Amino acid sequence: MDLSSINPILLLASLMVAATPLLLAAVGELVVEKAGVLNLGVEGMMITGAICGFAIAVNTGDPFLGVLAAAGGGAVLSLLFALLTQVALANQVASGLGLTLFGLGLSSLIGQGYQGIRPPPFPKLNIPGLSDLPVIGRILFSHDLMVYLGLIIVTGVWFMLKYTRAGLILRAVGENHEAAHALGYKVVRIRIMAILFGGACAGMGGAYISLIRVPQWTEGMTAGIGWIALALVVFASWKPWRVLLGAYLFGGVTVIQLNLQAAGVAIPVEYLAMSPYLITILVLVIMSADKSSAPASLGRIFHASR
Amino acid sequence: MTAPVLSIQGLTKAYPGVVANSDVSFDVMEGEVHALLGENGAGKSTLVKMIYGLVKPDHGTMTFQGKPYAPAEPRAARAAGVAMVFQHFSLFDALNVAENVALGMEKPPRLADLAGRIREVSETYGLPLDPFRIVGDLSAGERQRVEIIRCLLQDPRLLIMDEPTSVLTPQEVDILFQTLRKLTAEGVAILYISHKLEEIRALCDTATILRLGKKVATCTPADTTARQLAEMMVGTVLHTPERSGRALGDVALELTEMSVRSPSAFGCSLKRISFAVRKGEVLGLGGVAGNGQDELLGALSGELRSAPEMVRVHGNPVGALGPIERRGIGLLCAPEERLGHAAAPDMSLTENAMLTGSLREGLERRGFLDWGRAKGFAEAIIARFDVRTPGPGNAARSLSGGNLQKFVIGREVMQRPEVLVVNQPTWGVDASAAAAIRQALLDLAAGGTAVVVISQDLDELMEISDRFGALNEGRLSRIRPTSELNIEEIGLMMGGAHDMEVAHV
Repeated sequence: MDLSSINPILLLASLMVAATPLLLAAVGELVVEKAGVLNLGVEGMMITGAICGFAIAVNTGDPFLGVLAAAGGGAVLSLLFALLTQVALANQVASGLGLTLFGLGLSSLIGQGYQGIRPPPFPKLNIPGLSDLPVIGRILFSHDLMVYLGLIIVTGVWFMLKYTRAGLILRAVGENHEAAHALGYKVVRIRIMAILFGGACAGMGGAYISLIRVPQWTEGMTAGIGWIALALVVFASWKPWRVLLGAYLFGGVTVIQLNLQAAGVAIPVEYLAMSPYLITILVLVIMSADKSSAPASLGRIFHASR
Repeated sequence: MTAPVLSIQGLTKAYPGVVANSDVSFDVMEGEVHALLGENGAGKSTLVKMIYGLVKPDHGTMTFQGKPYAPAEPRAARAAGVAMVFQHFSLFDALNVAENVALGMEKPPRLADLAGRIREVSETYGLPLDPFRIVGDLSAGERQRVEIIRCLLQDPRLLIMDEPTSVLTPQEVDILFQTLRKLTAEGVAILYISHKLEEIRALCDTATILRLGKKVATCTPADTTARQLAEMMVGTVLHTPERSGRALGDVALELTEMSVRSPSAFGCSLKRISFAVRKGEVLGLGGVAGNGQDELLGALSGELRSAPEMVRVHGNPVGALGPIERRGIGLLCAPEERLGHAAAPDMSLTENAMLTGSLREGLERRGFLDWGRAKGFAEAIIARFDVRTPGPGNAARSLSGGNLQKFVIGREVMQRPEVLVVNQPTWGVDASAAAAIRQALLDLAAGGTAVVVISQDLDELMEISDRFGALNEGRLSRIRPTSELNIEEIGLMMGGAHDMEVAHV
């Protein structure tokens, strides 16, 4: 065992990378749940985004087009969920679970023939001045664009929910859809838009894994990140900053346990591999002990009757 | 008080299976309080929803301040100067007062400015309110203030209020009325929906009465008695429930020193309750809510068990039996909470009829359910108790409160109980339905059933019960014949000035 082989700077730098897929998926789901919809299909939308992004990036040679395609793929899949739950008024839990299974199957189908290929590399951002700073530059300012995009989305979601009228209306719809309807807000339309946003975010999160993090295509490569994203939203008490914190915690523990594995620590690999999931949930459970509660209409079907 | 603010001509709206409004016309004048009266299901809600743009009329036109008015959505109605205070579900518990107000406005100012305006308006109209409190923490009266202020900030010319006082304390009602009078003095017209006829007589200048979707009369409430108003709503002469003189039989239900712990931390445990009810007798139990009413109903229905000999039916100890066994021997109960206790909200009326009727109505054969007979039973209840619903296949939740109440009381009455216990049988029910329910209870007693009515409506208890007792902190006062009581004595009994003597028959 040689702990000295772990480079703390590299570790912190890779933490942000490891956290990004989870962050993207979770912040998208947060918006969906704030609108009062429980979409359990995050895992399915992520893996669909992963393969859509991968296929387009490989075929066009442009990783940015790949990311766009991933967002589109996730959104299209979520549109299926939106039609089922918002138009056909199907049960959200069942529809979400179905969406995950469908997404996993669809992605293996699309993924036939993409195994073992390397996607075009994603350019790292190089900010003159900032990226050259000692330590800080390496940790904060020399990542790919997607890492920053994730941060921008979190900030944007936080700002929108807290300070804008659109955010207030979104929260109102999630809090009491009957009242929102009575005041003349278009509950179904707002929810469908939130679901699409959530799908696009999940898709980009998936593409981050297949295009940047790994980068190659394997079936089922999202490995439960979508489920962790769902748990993260709940335990983060539907607050964007806590989602960020939880995602970085998860990313940090993931990176540490990988490093520990590499350093040959005498803990069985299985325990190390489960530690990110365990520790993230534990910390968030403790943090969510305050009284912030779920959006009151979460998971309830809305029908403008009478 | 000259020009009509809102003029309605021939509004008609039909839903599949039911005509909610048929050719309704009336005018609301500037600066008046205009009452809209009608039984449950008479079409009041649909009418105001059309005025507020939530529902589109099939036929008919509206004129607002002299201009044609056909709001496509609430936004358009608000822009024109129509505001509405809803009976329920229009506030967001997790948001603060200012955010709730902002959601009801077209172009809200910044939250800080809005908070200032909320304070200003709330002081002008005597409705104190802190803009940054979370609405979920407010009392019913304060919540209503939020709704009213939300409306007032838009300078409405017409304010629609849907049963605004049903959740208020008498003091809060006084404050509300002062505010409304101040508004009408400024020329605002108010369209006021309520069941409380005395309130309408005190507050309203004009009343339009709807029956089965049609306008039947317009009158001046101050010149009309509450009874006349009620009769116009119902369309028939309202008859006060009559009790026929009846001979009392043997003791049917007897409680002896019954003590039961409340299962809820906020409940009220029952302490040494004793009474006896004879066949053909109606015993009324009054008291302020939360003094053991729910627990007593639970102890009688079998949801709460006690020592066997504490509860006797026809002399047999039943205190340890559960609800089903008690139903088997003829002790039936109808609890207060309609949705969730007396009826399963998402199940159909047929299924709800099956739930309590399976044993006594023979709807179950060797463990198999006979849905045909259950449907027949549900239809019989609907027919006899005039429950307004398209059919027994409809979910309990879809019925209005009064109609569901008729159904859950009717369901027990139709099972020919030996002993019937009801809690708040006419809560939230309009005058004619309440009269029908009371009459059914009296008829049942005339047929030899022992009836226990737990209620907070003293007039109701005075009207139908032979003897009266009051619950106070889980104890029962001495039980006395209703005929020798006056309101003052009842007040003392409810306040707990009871002598602890055990009631004898």
